[in-house]
Amino acid sequence: MARKITNNRKIINTAAAWGIGLLIFFPILWTILTSFKTEATAIADPPVFLFFDWTMENYSVVQERSNYGRFLWNSIFIAGGSTILGIIVAIPAAWSMAFVPSKRTKDILLWMLSTKMLPAVGVLYPIYLLFIKFGLLDSVLGLTIVLMLINLPIIVWMLYTYFREIPGEILEASRMDGASLKSEILYVLTPMAVPGIASTLLLNFILAWNEAFWTLNLTAAKAAPLTAFIASYSSPEGLFYAKLSAASTMAIAPILVLGWFSQKQLVRGLTFGAVK
Amino acid sequence: MATQNSRSAARLMLAPAVILLLGWMLVPLTMTLWFSFRKYLPLRGGDQGWVGLDNYVRFVSSSSFWPSVQTTLIIVGGVLVITVVFGVLLALLLDQPMWGQGIVRILVIAPFFVMPTVSALVWKNIFMDPVNGLFAHLWKFFGATPIEWLSQASIQSIVMIVSWQWLPFATLILLTAVQSLDGDQLEASEMDGAKPLQRFGYIILPHLARAITIVVLIQTIFLLSIFAEIFVTTGGAFGTKTLTYLIFQRVLESQNIGLGSAGGIYAVILANIVAIFLMRIVGKNLDA
Amino acid sequence: MLSKKLLCLSSAVAMTVATSALADTLTIATVNNGDMIRMQGLTDDFTKKTGHTVEWVTLEENVLRQRVTTDITTKGGAFDIMTIGMYETPIWGKNGWLVPLNDLSAEYNVGDILPAMSGGLSHDGTLFAAPFYGESSMIMYRTDLMKAAGLEMPDAPSWSFIAKAARAMTDRDKEINGVCLRGKAGWGEGGAFITAMSNSFGARWFDENWNAQFDTREWSDTLNFYVNMMNDSGPPGFSTNGFNENLSLFQQGKCGMWIDATVAASFVTNPKDSTVADKVGFALAPDNGMGVRSNWLWAWALAIPAGTQKEAAAKQFIEWATSTSYIELVASKEGWANVPPGARASLYENPNYKAVPFAQKTLDSILSADPNNSTVDPSPYVGIQFAAIPEFAGIATEVSQEFSAAYAGQQTVAEALAKAQALTNDAMEAAGYR
Repeated sequence: MARKITNNRKIINTAAAWGIGLLIFFPILWTILTSFKTEATAIADPPVFLFFDWTMENYSVVQERSNYGRFLWNSIFIAGGSTILGIIVAIPAAWSMAFVPSKRTKDILLWMLSTKMLPAVGVLYPIYLLFIKFGLLDSVLGLTIVLMLINLPIIVWMLYTYFREIPGEILEASRMDGASLKSEILYVLTPMAVPGIASTLLLNFILAWNEAFWTLNLTAAKAAPLTAFIASYSSPEGLFYAKLSAASTMAIAPILVLGWFSQKQLVRGLTFGAVK
Repeated sequence: MATQNSRSAARLMLAPAVILLLGWMLVPLTMTLWFSFRKYLPLRGGDQGWVGLDNYVRFVSSSSFWPSVQTTLIIVGGVLVITVVFGVLLALLLDQPMWGQGIVRILVIAPFFVMPTVSALVWKNIFMDPVNGLFAHLWKFFGATPIEWLSQASIQSIVMIVSWQWLPFATLILLTAVQSLDGDQLEASEMDGAKPLQRFGYIILPHLARAITIVVLIQTIFLLSIFAEIFVTTGGAFGTKTLTYLIFQRVLESQNIGLGSAGGIYAVILANIVAIFLMRIVGKNLDA
Repeated sequence: MLSKKLLCLSSAVAMTVATSALADTLTIATVNNGDMIRMQGLTDDFTKKTGHTVEWVTLEENVLRQRVTTDITTKGGAFDIMTIGMYETPIWGKNGWLVPLNDLSAEYNVGDILPAMSGGLSHDGTLFAAPFYGESSMIMYRTDLMKAAGLEMPDAPSWSFIAKAARAMTDRDKEINGVCLRGKAGWGEGGAFITAMSNSFGARWFDENWNAQFDTREWSDTLNFYVNMMNDSGPPGFSTNGFNENLSLFQQGKCGMWIDATVAASFVTNPKDSTVADKVGFALAPDNGMGVRSNWLWAWALAIPAGTQKEAAAKQFIEWATSTSYIELVASKEGWANVPPGARASLYENPNYKAVPFAQKTLDSILSADPNNSTVDPSPYVGIQFAAIPEFAGIATEVSQEFSAAYAGQQTVAEALAKAQALTNDAMEAAGYR
């Protein structure tokens, strides 16, 4: 009886959740709205919310100045490439840690995570010198490799926790049937782990997309992704809120849309073994 | 279950990941370690020889060092507390029956997709600007003097911006944990007359412990190295210089690679202290 | 729209392919200031004339500095042309990292470059970067507000007049601030302003033995004067305001006076962006009766990193972008008020340009700035708002962070100066000066 939810309570829940949700989302909404204002309206006091003359002018100015398509393509390629590469390296590693654990498995896992704590700027010079040496400067390939390495620990860990939830007996059964290791991973394990792999892919795509230190410092013109695109719109001369908003919207829109469409998959696997 | 055969196969499969990460860690780290013992000033003709521990001593004896460690811990700690507390509350709220749950969830996770540079720029200019920012308009509307966010409440502002970015992540992980709560157990405790607060303290919170440690671990890893949020908003002024930012100043602004490298080594040490501390906690949970 | 873009893209690709046999693609790093954005828009003219194409890397000033410095010190070769300033050029030139620009064509007429600019962009008499635009600093003020306050701006005012006028023009209820000045941390932002200002108060960064001078009365006078004036008549949050923030404020009519780069004159008098375009007057930067004015000298210039494969094409670009014909091109499209100023003497003899209201004051300001003689007491360094030594950028950024904290009231002026003194001496010791 006590568990029965009254309509009143549901109304209160709904109101509270929507209120908080809108509050959290508001900065993004406001940025998107501002991108359709003129510079003068963007700083108007009192601020105008919806009733202003909507204009696409900022977008055309931004498009005229920078080749958005190329930045976007580089972002997609670098984020996508590094994630896929990472998954390829991580699946066998996660498999071996999850199903053939040794005494050192946990240490290896934690060590991997600890490599993520190195401050990037501390190793900028060494990496830059190495990039020059191997001709990787301002190349999509070089950035893909670096971002893959940066996110590899997270990928391994996510997959590991996900694999561990798959009962070992199933794999053993397939092994009894004479399946090779390769087919065991490819045809038995991977299909079962699809939700986990999908959310790993998504999370790391987002992380790589938003990485702003290496992508800015190791590129010039050819391989520059959207993080560099944004760096040309921060604090230019004069009024710039509307143009900044337009550039910001263009930089986050693709990933926002992707995130929204795939949020179910993202959430399903995004447990890091937090749920038992 | 593991045969000798599968064990060696397992080792083989682990190898690429381990070797790659080992290389990624060791090569730059070795170079950094090497630089840290040398007087390396690119603008003054580059490497000028061995100086022993000079750089290490100088980095720590600088008046900015301890404040920067403190700032790092305050920012990391502040963001962790805010995201975990609000994340738990938000997760509990989102778990309740309501209309439009899916849309609310979309709204809540959106900040996670925004790149740090963009969110710092937007917050700094469009919201926190003391003259043209939205907050300033709001304050003026209520007859108050606008707050000069980034100078008067600099650390709080940065903690706020970063928390906004990471709250979705915490909420999502905690929400999945909340959803796996055993409804029968809750119901039973309710029958026994447990008050909501007791239920929260004795059943819900222990159940969330594991998820919370995961959130803390992952976020700490990312928060220790936040950079764009500070670079864009205050440029390290007003007491917002973290250890990472101090190293950035030494390496890129002062162009003193030796000194910056020594700082990098200190940061590695700090990160490892934090890591060991965290892994003590999480390690237990990983066994469970 | 999309298909049109695709068409453009494919035709651009086709063009690159067609001309690639004899043409280079230059990668140029530049700062996202208005004049450079305009140059980006006019690149087609260069491509048409030479066949070379250009890839722009446009970055915000701080990011640009860190990016090009990393690349030049490691000889990365990511860029064929870099946009750098008067601070970097002599240091990099001395290290042999830049291609000397001593063989530019006769029709380019190097002699036409203002001596103050070519002097600041040379090392040992060799030009290492060509000025795209040059600037000093001056006062821009609202003629209407000045009149309403019952005051008249002299051509060359003193700091005490500025403080008096600022207090008289301030009207907090109407959100009018008497004076807007840079307070933002960073050596090129608030650091540049306060250093130039301190010169007119008789202060200097270093004595002749490279000892920091922040413990002197001159520095504490400078800072106290600044802080008092800004607290009484500056905008809220001035400790985070740099060039762009103040430009916005002035354009919105929220500043009575603004002392900043002379290039800003064309932005504040441009009716498209500025609400006060027809009410702006100009005067020389203030002094304190000690024989040194508080104006600085700066140029954004184009330089070629040594070791580039495309030196010839890069030189062609530099000749194009910093030539008189480029100035004429901009004038024909955007009007004379919007041409890149301060680089060439002939511009100031051009009758069309003489009609521009701020032209003469800009030239006077540039001509009155002397980097070799910037302080009242002798100093060992060259430069007005900076000291042209490699360590300066790092030190001055930290010093200006301490100053900004004092502007925001987080510490006293005395505390800020004491910290500045300690950290400067420490850094100079590390670099081997002391």
